[in-house]
Formats: sequence, C-alpha cells, structure tokens
Amino acid sequence: MAGALRRTLNLARPDDVYNALVDAHKGLSDEECRAFDARLILLLLNHIGDEEVIREALEEAAP
Amino acid sequence: MSSYEYRHYPYVRPVELDRPGPRRPVVIVGAGIAGPTLALSLAARGVPVLILDEDDTVSLGSRSICQAKHSLETWDRFGIAARMVEKGITWEQGEVYLRDSAIYRFNLQPEPGHKFPAFVNLQQYYVEEYLYERCGAEALIEMRHRNKVVGVAPRDDGVSLTVETPDGIYTLDTDWLVACDGVRSPVRHMLGLPYPGEIFHDRFLIADIRLTGDLPKERRFWFYPPFHPTNSVLLHRQADDILRVDFQLGRDADPDEEKKPENIDRRLREMFGPEARWAHEWSSVYTFTCRMMERFVHGRTIFAGDAAHVVSPFGARGGNAAVADADNLAWKLARVVKGESPSGLIDSYCEERRAASRENIRQSTRSTDFITPKFEASRLFRDATLSLARDFPFARSLINSGRLSVPTTHAGSPLDTPDADTDWGTGPAPGRAMIDAPLGNGWLVDRVGPDFTLLGFGAAEGAIGGVTVLPVACDGGLAARRYDARPGTAYLIRPDRYVAARWRRHDGEAIQAALARATGR
Repeated sequence: MAGALRRTLNLARPDDVYNALVDAHKGLSDEECRAFDARLILLLLNHIGDEEVIREALEEAAP
Repeated sequence: MSSYEYRHYPYVRPVELDRPGPRRPVVIVGAGIAGPTLALSLAARGVPVLILDEDDTVSLGSRSICQAKHSLETWDRFGIAARMVEKGITWEQGEVYLRDSAIYRFNLQPEPGHKFPAFVNLQQYYVEEYLYERCGAEALIEMRHRNKVVGVAPRDDGVSLTVETPDGIYTLDTDWLVACDGVRSPVRHMLGLPYPGEIFHDRFLIADIRLTGDLPKERRFWFYPPFHPTNSVLLHRQADDILRVDFQLGRDADPDEEKKPENIDRRLREMFGPEARWAHEWSSVYTFTCRMMERFVHGRTIFAGDAAHVVSPFGARGGNAAVADADNLAWKLARVVKGESPSGLIDSYCEERRAASRENIRQSTRSTDFITPKFEASRLFRDATLSLARDFPFARSLINSGRLSVPTTHAGSPLDTPDADTDWGTGPAPGRAMIDAPLGNGWLVDRVGPDFTLLGFGAAEGAIGGVTVLPVACDGGLAARRYDARPGTAYLIRPDRYVAARWRRHDGEAIQAALARATGR
C-alpha cells in the first residue's frame, strides 16, 4: 500500500544518523530513556506536521 | 461559613391541593441554571411556564463559577447580564505554571469589539438569585418552591405529575415536561432511563476562601507547584474577593481526612505562606463522571443541563452547556406549543445538543487525561510536553489544562442549509454560533432575535422572505470582516444566535426555503 509515509531511504548518511540516535541514549537509565524518547517524538512530530504521515507511522510502529 | 446570605423563597400553597388546576403547556422541574433560563426564554416568546423546585433557595456552594460569553449574551436578553458583569470578575487571560515558573499565557479573546468578555467569574448562587428575581417579575412564569415531583406518568399527548408539598400531594397535567433537575435527576430515575458514561477516580478538593491582599484576576493553573509538588492546582477568583482553589489529590486520597478544616488549612498555608489570612466559604472533595443520555427527548419529556449530560469541571462546560441547552430548546418548544412548527422540531434539539455534549465530553476528557494521566505512557508524554514548553512554543499549545467553553458547532444538523457558494473565508458557517461585533452605537448581539434575523450586509431595512432584515454596513469594519462579507452577503441567524444559512446573493425564495428547513416545516 502506498501511503503518505516514506518507506525508502531519506537520509544522506544513514549510519551516522542511526548511531547518533543510539549514542544519545547511551548511559541513560530506563526512565531517562523513556523521557528522552518522549521529548524526541514530540519534537519530530511537530516538525513533520503532517497528520496523515503521523497516523500512518503510529499504525506501522504498533506492536 | 459562607458570606453569601441565602434567602428562603416563600412557599405558597398550590391551588391544585384544593381543586383541579388547569392543564399546563410547559412544566419545568428544577430551578438551577437550565430551568429558569429556559423559563425566561419561553416567557419572552409568550409561553406560560410553571417551575417546580424541591427546595426553596439557590445553589448551595459556588459550584459553576465561569460564566462564558455566550451565556452572558443569553442572560443579557433578560436584562441581568450587566449586573453579572458588574458583580463578577472579568477575565480573559490564563497562566500555566510548571513547578515555580510561568510557562504559558493565553488570551481567550485577543481582539476587542465584543459586548461581553470571554468569561465572568460569578458564583452560581448569584446567577440563580438574579434568574429567580427576573422570573419573579415575569407574569408568565410561576415558580413553586418546596414542590417536589414524586411521580411522572408519560401520556401520548403529555405528562401527568404527582407533586409533594409541605401541605400534601397534588397532581398536575402538562403538554410538555422539561427535566432540568440536575445530575441525579429524579425524573430520569422515575422513568427508569439509563445514564451511561465514564467514571473518573482522581479526587479533587475545592476550597473557596476569602483571602485578604492582592488577588490575581486571571486563571492560574500549576503542574507540580512547590506548594503541592505531586499534583496540579487551579486558582480562580470570584466575586466578593473569594478565591477558588482546586487541588488535585490523586486516586488514593481519603476524602474524610481531606475534608477536615485543619488539613485544608495546611494545604492553603503551603500555597499562600504563613502570613496569609483567610476565611473559609465552602469546600468540597469530589470525583467526577462524564455521562450522556442516549436520547434527550422521550415522548413529551425533555431533559436539559446536568440531567441530560455531565462533564468534568475542566473547561467550564457544565453550567454553560445548560444555558446552551435552554437557548436551543426555547425557541423550538415555543414554536411547537404555539402550533407554528410540528413537534418533530423538538427532535433536532436532541440531535444538536447531543452533538454538543459529545464535543464537550471529548474536550473535557482530553483535559482530564492530560491533568490526571491514566497510564504510564500518558504521564510520560504529558511530562515531556511540559518540559519542552519553555523553549518550544508548539509544546505550550499542547498543554491541556482545560479547553475553555466556546459555543459548540452542530455540523450537519437537518435544520441548516449547506453553503451553495464556495468562496467563504473567515465567516461562521451554518451550524456555528454567530459572532458579535460593534454595530452603530451598540452591538450585533443586541439586535438579533428573539425570532429569525437576516444580517444583510449593505442591505436596506425591511423584510425579505418573511424575515426581518438587520442592515449591516459593508465598510471594512469588524462586522464585515468577521462575516467575510461583501455587499449582498446575507446570514440567516436563528433565535439561539446560530447561523442557519448564508448567501453571497439571496432572494426571498431562498430565504423562505432556509427558514422552512430551520423551523422543521
């Protein structure tokens, strides 16, 4: 299904960005990790700004 | 304890105790906010009303304190809104604090040019007192105190009531019964009607106090304040230098302990400091529910206000929704009673006000979930939002400490005529409340109603299609701007100040058709 959510690579240096994401969590307690992720999600959510994309991502990410 | 002097309104022995009385067109049960407001609106349209109230005084405790603009506009028609504004505290700004610092300020009415402010804080007992006084001066309204309805028997063409008084029991027949008898509605119980909804378990403490010193005028809301670090606190100022402090206590709080004056004083001392002096007015430990009846109209019995729907207090949507119910119902019921519209028009009250209740419950539940998160992830995102709020304006907008009552929209109501023109910008679409603006030396809201009105931009005085035209200048002023008007633009305004239809170009036929549709003919 072709939705609004991008499914192909959109990063020029994918390994760098991925490692930056993981490294930012290094040394954090579980609780700190959860708070950090929540803030990160909110910042990115607002930056994306497209409700259709966000809703599709919510669906795809669901366990 | 209270500085308000409760008057006891006289009980008069009803004639029906001695001989059968006349059949009534409309009986209202309950004299809170909805009942007397509805009675005054019906009387203004020539319909006689009997109000039956089980006690003989006004609201015990301040209860509903935030009177919204739309409610004030309604009460202004009975000449009591100016008094409310004068007695109450006008506020349009709110502040949200996180721990010890302000993170967010909002203004509910950023633009001038409205007769009434966004909110006036006035205790419910004053609102009821002014309503009772006005009802007492109205020849078409009879208000019976200490008349308790103990039996309700629905008939095809009306309702038979059994009423208990200090002098005994009498019976009474009415064409229409409107139950405005509150959240525990005895009428609803007697008819065995369900009241489905959601129960919230967090406990809150309301402390109304008279505090000496400088009092803030704006609404203040704290998340995790230093004086109550585990929960939230809401502060509102009321008339007579009374403050309402609303402490969130959490789920495990013991209501009997929290009610003790020494415990309330301890919380207040932490909030206002050791030097502050106050006197207690009223206090209450409460939880709340969100409920809505499946139908507001059951044959000839109609439910309004808290009897029909109830929400959390965050957002001032209880008392103001009761006024909106009365507004919506009054003109329809008056038309039906006078034979101007078929009784099916009453069904649109249920449809429109249920849509409004759904919206109120949705809004209030979202606020409640933000203030009292129900599960860990909900608390996590709430706290993340709060921690971002200082540096990121978008996060401030997500803080939901109560989205305050504005008139709801009934999109898709069968009474509305959908737009035929497609070039509308800012103006209120059919199903939305009209917007006030200056008009000549007065206000637009002063000039509409009690019947249908056509706002004719650039039009001359007169009537078209059976509707009185209210000419509005099309000179780039506030009115023209708020209605996205050009010369020729016209809005058909319902008696409850909602837009029924609008046109860029109109004729008598189009107006006739929209009017027929809006009146259920």
